[in-house]
Amino acid sequence: MIGDIFEILLTAGFWAATIRIVSPLILGTLGELICERAGVLNLGIEGIMTMGAMAGWMWVFQGGDLWGGIVFAAFIGALFGLFHASFTVYLGLSQHVTGIGITLFASSLSYYVFRMLLPDATTPPKIVPFQPYAIPGLSDIPVIGEALFSQTPLTYLALLSVPAVWYVLERTPLGLAVRMAGENPVAVESQGIDVLAVRTGAVMVGSAFMAIGGAFITMSAFDAFYFGMINGRGWICVALVIFASWRPGKALLGALLFAGLDALQVRAQQLAGAQIPYQFFLMAPYVLSIAAMVVMARRASYPKALLVPFRRGDRV
Amino acid sequence: MTEKSVSVMPLLSFRGITKRFGPLVANDAISLDLNQGEVLALLGENGAGKTTLMNILFGHYVAEEGEILVDGAPLPPGSTDAAIQAGIGMVHQHFTLAENLTVLENITLGTEPLFAWRRDIKAARTKIADMAAEYGLHADPDKLVGALSVGERQRVEILKALYRDARILILDEPTAVLTPQESDSLFETLKKLTAKGLAVIFISHKLNEILNHTNRVVVLRRGAVAGTVTTSEADRAGLARMMVGEEVNRPKVTSMMPGNAVLRLTHVDCQSDSEAQSLKDVSLEIRAHEIIGLAGVAGNGQRTLANLLSGLTTADAGDVEILGAPGVADPTELVRRGVGRIPEDRHATGVVGEMPLWENLISEDRRGAEIARAGFVIDKRRALERSKRLIEEFDIRCEGPEAETRLLSGGNMQKLILARVLSRGPEFILANQPVRGLDEGAIAYVQSRLLQARADGAGVLLISEDLDELFALSDRIAVMYHGRMTPPQDTAGLTVGDVGLLMSGHEAESAHAH
Repeated sequence: MIGDIFEILLTAGFWAATIRIVSPLILGTLGELICERAGVLNLGIEGIMTMGAMAGWMWVFQGGDLWGGIVFAAFIGALFGLFHASFTVYLGLSQHVTGIGITLFASSLSYYVFRMLLPDATTPPKIVPFQPYAIPGLSDIPVIGEALFSQTPLTYLALLSVPAVWYVLERTPLGLAVRMAGENPVAVESQGIDVLAVRTGAVMVGSAFMAIGGAFITMSAFDAFYFGMINGRGWICVALVIFASWRPGKALLGALLFAGLDALQVRAQQLAGAQIPYQFFLMAPYVLSIAAMVVMARRASYPKALLVPFRRGDRV
Repeated sequence: MTEKSVSVMPLLSFRGITKRFGPLVANDAISLDLNQGEVLALLGENGAGKTTLMNILFGHYVAEEGEILVDGAPLPPGSTDAAIQAGIGMVHQHFTLAENLTVLENITLGTEPLFAWRRDIKAARTKIADMAAEYGLHADPDKLVGALSVGERQRVEILKALYRDARILILDEPTAVLTPQESDSLFETLKKLTAKGLAVIFISHKLNEILNHTNRVVVLRRGAVAGTVTTSEADRAGLARMMVGEEVNRPKVTSMMPGNAVLRLTHVDCQSDSEAQSLKDVSLEIRAHEIIGLAGVAGNGQRTLANLLSGLTTADAGDVEILGAPGVADPTELVRRGVGRIPEDRHATGVVGEMPLWENLISEDRRGAEIARAGFVIDKRRALERSKRLIEEFDIRCEGPEAETRLLSGGNMQKLILARVLSRGPEFILANQPVRGLDEGAIAYVQSRLLQARADGAGVLLISEDLDELFALSDRIAVMYHGRMTPPQDTAGLTVGDVGLLMSGHEAESAHAH
């Protein structure tokens, strides 16, 4: 049994699947991370991913271009981000309640719009999704080539956005303002920067990332949109942000760990399907994630002003 | 540019600034000038409107009336950015730093266009090093602010203002959090800054500092300017009178005949988290009409004793008798019995800052007949009435009973706690550091109230680090050192020097001499 698992770990197919599974997770996690670094918890993520999955897919199904679909999904995501921010940033309402509300609203609205536009569809209609693009040269490397360099362009985008988000947060004035807004908004204000604008911008950009993560599922991993397909990925992303201590690099690591466990359990099911009920394998990534969270979250240093609304002119 | 033309036009002028919070007038038509190269003290009690005025200057608040001129040009109201552009730098009382970010990141925030491709970290490093050399303000740019001491953080705040080329530096109660040594080094820095032409507004209620380190004093009282004097012509008593509005007299103690015992500790042991804080063989009797002062350096068991007497813990050995019954780990029961508690940290354990005044005022009496219907439904109308009465009686300056408690100044918060405790007519009062951090007027008020309670028949345990206070109020004084307590001795027969020796552990000779 243990030997079989090691054998799985050595196959290129396993690693390719891991990278495929990690793509929407890393996009969603980066999105959540950007919001939280600015001090705003965005529990709308599950709904915003669903909305992104529907919007991008629908764009293409109605005859649009694939990349146009991604831009459209991002735009819709940003719109929902603005919605979230107007309640949590400008009105200072509970970020938990607003986020859950957005998730319920965005999920239902996605199915509603889908049904409205395609009332007669019985089997989920399909589009032609992003195709794998083998990077010349690099894709010929054994194992790594197939795992890393024979993916769809959206996966490359997801992986490249990790260093990009890191760079913006750590190396640009804007990123500094975002991080400071999540640590001490009064400090941002007293340097003459509009805290509310910084936070709103961060939530909108973060939500756009989430929506692209959702679109990956209907436009790259699958080719159709159906009920419940985000399947809790958004919540996993929220947990991964904590696992990552709010750092993009660690977020990738955490997402890879989860995706790897997920890819492994599918293959392990086939090995031991007879002896162990398959539900245990389905459970495994979540159980191990919880265990990893327990270990990692103890050392997490969260943004000091996370969940704390900022109101101008308030007596402090 | 001659010297004369500089002195004719003030660098900064307030013209008739008025700011209200609800019915509270925080600033009432304030006008004042600041000249180049001077240190102007803004003196006033807590709640006199000093910080509000500075927050208006820095664009945090917008004044209802009046205007601010910098170099004769009006400053756009409500814009921090405009204030910074005009050369105003502010060091807030509560630092506006992010602990998880580095010194350099804290200093450079907002100094570059937001949408630049990269931060110029190298240039920032050079500039910070130059400023450090010029003004003697040293700070490691790569350290996290969270790892710095309070004094170092303040240095970062000053650097932050200088980095943006501030010509006017506002320091809001800068020495409140500093050790004496750190304060001295701050005053050295201020000298260097004013020598280079900066003007400083120094907010404080400490008269010594103001007399020694400023050029001019503007005194605020209840939101209005009570007077302006040149520091060299000012004296302590005059400033205090201007600040409080009347002669400040610390209350006098009249001798009284002690009554029955309200508290009796007999050979009490009580474990705590550290050896020094654990009580060892403590015996003490406090009677009605009596104040027992407890001296000692913080961390020598005072906290454990306070926890024991307020019902947060119980003794491991020995007898505890509070108001005629054994001590219990049940604060509600002790309060019901007639114990009044003035806790050491009013923000953390004295009040719930997010709740309105009235809820904090009735929190120990919420099931009393006056407040609660049938013993468990709070009658808000009656609670508000009672709160209004207490706010008036104890002179708590606030927007009203519905205001959030955290917005009160320290002195007013302490008055709220006094109102809650004393309105119940307690027979035993545990007063733990009751005047810590308060200004002159509030100190006199709190002390006179404690003496009034003593006259009304309460026994008081006064825990304090301030020997002057202990000697002024106490009938007898005991000293704690490493969890042991000396027997209380009559204040009349003690000197400050005696108590100081006991506080540092020289117990044997003195304690056994009696």
